[in-house]
Amino acid sequence: MKVLVAMSGGVDSSVAAALMKREGHHVVGVTMRLWGGESDTGCCSVSDVDDARRVAQQLDIDHLVFNFSDDFQEKVVDPYVHAHATGVTPNPCIECNRSLKFSRLTERADALGFDAVVTGHHARLVRNANGDMRVHRGGDAAKDQSYVVHMLTGRELERTLFPVGHMTKAEVRALAAELGLRTASKPDSQDVCFIPTTGGRETFLGKRIPFHVGRVVDTEGHDVGHVDAVELVTIGQRRGIGLYKTEAKRFVVDVDTESRTVVVGTENDLQRTGLALHSMVWASGAAESGRFRVQCSAHGTSLPCTVEVVDADRVQVTLDAPHRRIAPGQSAVLYDESDAYVVAGGLVSAASAWPASVGATA
Amino acid sequence: MAAGAIDRDLVYLDHAATTPMRPEAVAAMQPFLADVYANPSGSHRFAREARRAIDEARDAVAAVIGCKPGEVIFNGGGTEGDNTAIFGAVRRSRSAVAVCSAAEHHAVLHCVEHLAPRGEGEVVGVDTDGCVDTAALGERLRVLSGEGKTPVVSVMAVNNEVGSITPLDEVARLVRAAAPNAVLHTDAVQAACWLDLAPITACVDVLTLSSHKFGGPKGCGVMFQRTGVEIEPLILGGGQERDRRSGTQNVAGIVATATALVATAAERTTESLRIANLRSELVGGLLGLGGVRETVPAGRAVPGIAHVCIEGVENEALLFLLDEAGLCASAASACASGAMEPSHVLAAMGVPREVARGALRLSLGHTTTQRDVAAAVDIIGTAVARLRSHTRA
Repeated sequence: MKVLVAMSGGVDSSVAAALMKREGHHVVGVTMRLWGGESDTGCCSVSDVDDARRVAQQLDIDHLVFNFSDDFQEKVVDPYVHAHATGVTPNPCIECNRSLKFSRLTERADALGFDAVVTGHHARLVRNANGDMRVHRGGDAAKDQSYVVHMLTGRELERTLFPVGHMTKAEVRALAAELGLRTASKPDSQDVCFIPTTGGRETFLGKRIPFHVGRVVDTEGHDVGHVDAVELVTIGQRRGIGLYKTEAKRFVVDVDTESRTVVVGTENDLQRTGLALHSMVWASGAAESGRFRVQCSAHGTSLPCTVEVVDADRVQVTLDAPHRRIAPGQSAVLYDESDAYVVAGGLVSAASAWPASVGATA
Repeated sequence: MAAGAIDRDLVYLDHAATTPMRPEAVAAMQPFLADVYANPSGSHRFAREARRAIDEARDAVAAVIGCKPGEVIFNGGGTEGDNTAIFGAVRRSRSAVAVCSAAEHHAVLHCVEHLAPRGEGEVVGVDTDGCVDTAALGERLRVLSGEGKTPVVSVMAVNNEVGSITPLDEVARLVRAAAPNAVLHTDAVQAACWLDLAPITACVDVLTLSSHKFGGPKGCGVMFQRTGVEIEPLILGGGQERDRRSGTQNVAGIVATATALVATAAERTTESLRIANLRSELVGGLLGLGGVRETVPAGRAVPGIAHVCIEGVENEALLFLLDEAGLCASAASACASGAMEPSHVLAAMGVPREVARGALRLSLGHTTTQRDVAAAVDIIGTAVARLRSHTRA
């Protein structure tokens, strides 16, 4: 096979490239230049590209750099900024996988005659009894990344390979060390690659959208404080919510950027059993109601739930037990009841439940 | 180790990036790498031998570019020459303002942009060929001159991306008329193989050349600095090159530079004609693919650079397929990571970004053959057809 390995300059993709080469494939490495702005997180930095190139040289494979910064700005950064302006908490890493790695890159790989795109994600691709490929959790439960690649379906799955998916992180590092790869002990990347660690989200968004002072009210609607930037407040947040007097454990239970209001309450007020999802993508291509598990963050645990299909785009999730409210805009991924593989994924809506009429009219 | 692995059957059409060293230049530098290793600044007979080689090289270069030997400075390349000319001239005057065109090489443009926040740098637009907008330049110079400023003007002789030739005599007349106190610099790096340098030298105050663009070694360059024009040196030290560029001279590089420049000048007329014919065959072949536009036509561009914009392809993808098929070409300049950056030259010329995405530069040189050109048309045709068939609807 002729394969294109997305090499970030980290240890996982380095080992992925090495494994493909060892299996005798024609391997070409590519580093995507995504973020054109300033950053100090190291992602897309020249030193990461250097690492990727040096690993490629060591493996004696060609290494390319593709500049996708225009697409990244349009598909990841702009929506991220827009989401915050409208009180939604996005997941840019998932949007990057959806729009860049498994769309822009795979399309180009296709045009250039590659049979598959390879990444260093910790997830496994397993064919089920029907002969269909599914995204299974990675071999290392603590490093599992099935959540961030959940959007892969059908043909994309047939053209994608995760060679380190069955390995633990320790095994990946050990193999990198054994092969003498310079990235063997490189720390894992963290955080959002385009947000500088100094100044963070606040500075980044402050340069791009206007911030508005917001009222902070309790669940009865009484003013209890104010925040400088309602755009920076996230559901579940506990600190920095500008309460006039210190009260025991108050959490943000709701944010409305339009009326510039933040509602705070007790941990109890934050509990929900309902979760309304939209923009659903189903691994099988067909929506199905039933018993599943739902996971709402990259390294969160999945929760048992019942799912009812509203329409092709939407589902209503009911958790078996109440859980802290999930911020709108986050990705929710449904796994099968045994928590082994991805069934579907979608985005969390602002409301906890779709209006009853929706199902009827849709 | 990797050097031996390079496939000698490559079709190399990236001469504007660098051209292979001329064999006579390689031969000329050999004695100075091992045998005559003396420091030319020394006071012994061995040093005098090295010194003599530099003096002779300087005479030879001066003869080609049409200046006095004392006006030739050997340095570390085109970028150093450009930086020295701009920063050095600006530092000599409290009232200096550097002015360049928006299509200059980054070695000039980034210097001027660096000075801009302090009010010491300005960029003027270009025409659709990428040549400086003379009306805009004249206007700015008259304003600056009226404000008592000393303009340091930098206008390239030949654009490195699209190959357009700037009529420097015209630019010089305009500069002298609008701002008689101005210093006029030209980056003539891409002109050396194709234009007679003497008339260019005659109308400017400072000129920079880069050896590896005309068959000399990398890391070597030439700067012409007219007598009486003051340039603050960027590099201080032992006072070599008449205090204008300190640091022990690269004797082998200087000898090879002179040898390559002399050989290039001797063959220039016949080579230009031969390459112009190959360029026309190449461009003709590419236009035949359909949806291909020549950016600057022959006559207004040097023979060595053929720049086209190809509809329905992204040059990053195209270059991969060309590379895979053994054709070395280029698009715009690459950033430090190696990623392709959108061309500032095409943007300045008003070429829409979607069109610029399909930009391809094929540059020819002294080793280019008719076979290279035929192979290139073939390879590009196949790659373009493949990419167009994969274009998203």
